[in-house]
Amino acid sequence: MTLTAVFYFLAAITVASGLGVVFTTNVVHSALALMGTLLGVAGMFVLLGADFLGVIQLLVYVGGILVLTLFAVMLTSRVDVRVSNRAVGRVPAAVVTLVVFTAMTRAITTATWVATAPGAPKPTVYGIGSAFLGSYVLPFEIASLVLLVALIGAVVVSRKEVKG
Amino acid sequence: MDALSLQHFLVLGAILFCLGLFCVLTRRNAIGILMGIELVLNSANLNYVAFARYNGGAYDGQIFAIFVIMLAAAEAAIGLAIVLGIYQGFETIDVEATDRLRG
Repeated sequence: MTLTAVFYFLAAITVASGLGVVFTTNVVHSALALMGTLLGVAGMFVLLGADFLGVIQLLVYVGGILVLTLFAVMLTSRVDVRVSNRAVGRVPAAVVTLVVFTAMTRAITTATWVATAPGAPKPTVYGIGSAFLGSYVLPFEIASLVLLVALIGAVVVSRKEVKG
Repeated sequence: MDALSLQHFLVLGAILFCLGLFCVLTRRNAIGILMGIELVLNSANLNYVAFARYNGGAYDGQIFAIFVIMLAAAEAAIGLAIVLGIYQGFETIDVEATDRLRG
């Protein structure tokens, strides 16, 4: 099956870049590895028939959040990029993570999922748009308010204080 | 259809979630912690879209994922602004070293 091959290819990219995000010591390398993970997840969205969401992922995450993160890394790394990136308590963190992972995989593999076989993927833009202006119109408007508040808040927080 | 089932995507989401969790737990760099949070949010989005796909193709899961992406953008903007503020006050973004509340 070609779809399965595509899935494992994308999953390999995603997980390998995720490991890069977690285990590289240089923050710039972590940010670049995060790009691989985001691209892999965008590919997964397209594989799952969510074409609009894949494009949104590319625009907002890769084009916006990642660039913002890189800006912040550049602005805060005047001393040394490598400094302060060493792990603290790797062993307890690994134990916690392993426990969570085994619990999750056990739940995933033992539960009986009510899954219907998906049909052929169809365009999603029309449905998403009419849902946003139909049954989801209130969350949609609140989301615009949240974005406005976040915008103002980010400006207020990062502005240099004028002592006076 | 075939070998590609819902569980494939759920397990991938679990792997991404655990990578993000490990990142948040071990990093001392505040920006690294924010990147771990992005990983966790992406795993949640993957689960949303997978559930939407394997439940008759309704749009609800995708719309939830869009809201999560929107909130992640707001969170990244605010979080990075706070990190820059911390850097102005402390000259570092090591979360172990920023333990004073008074500026």
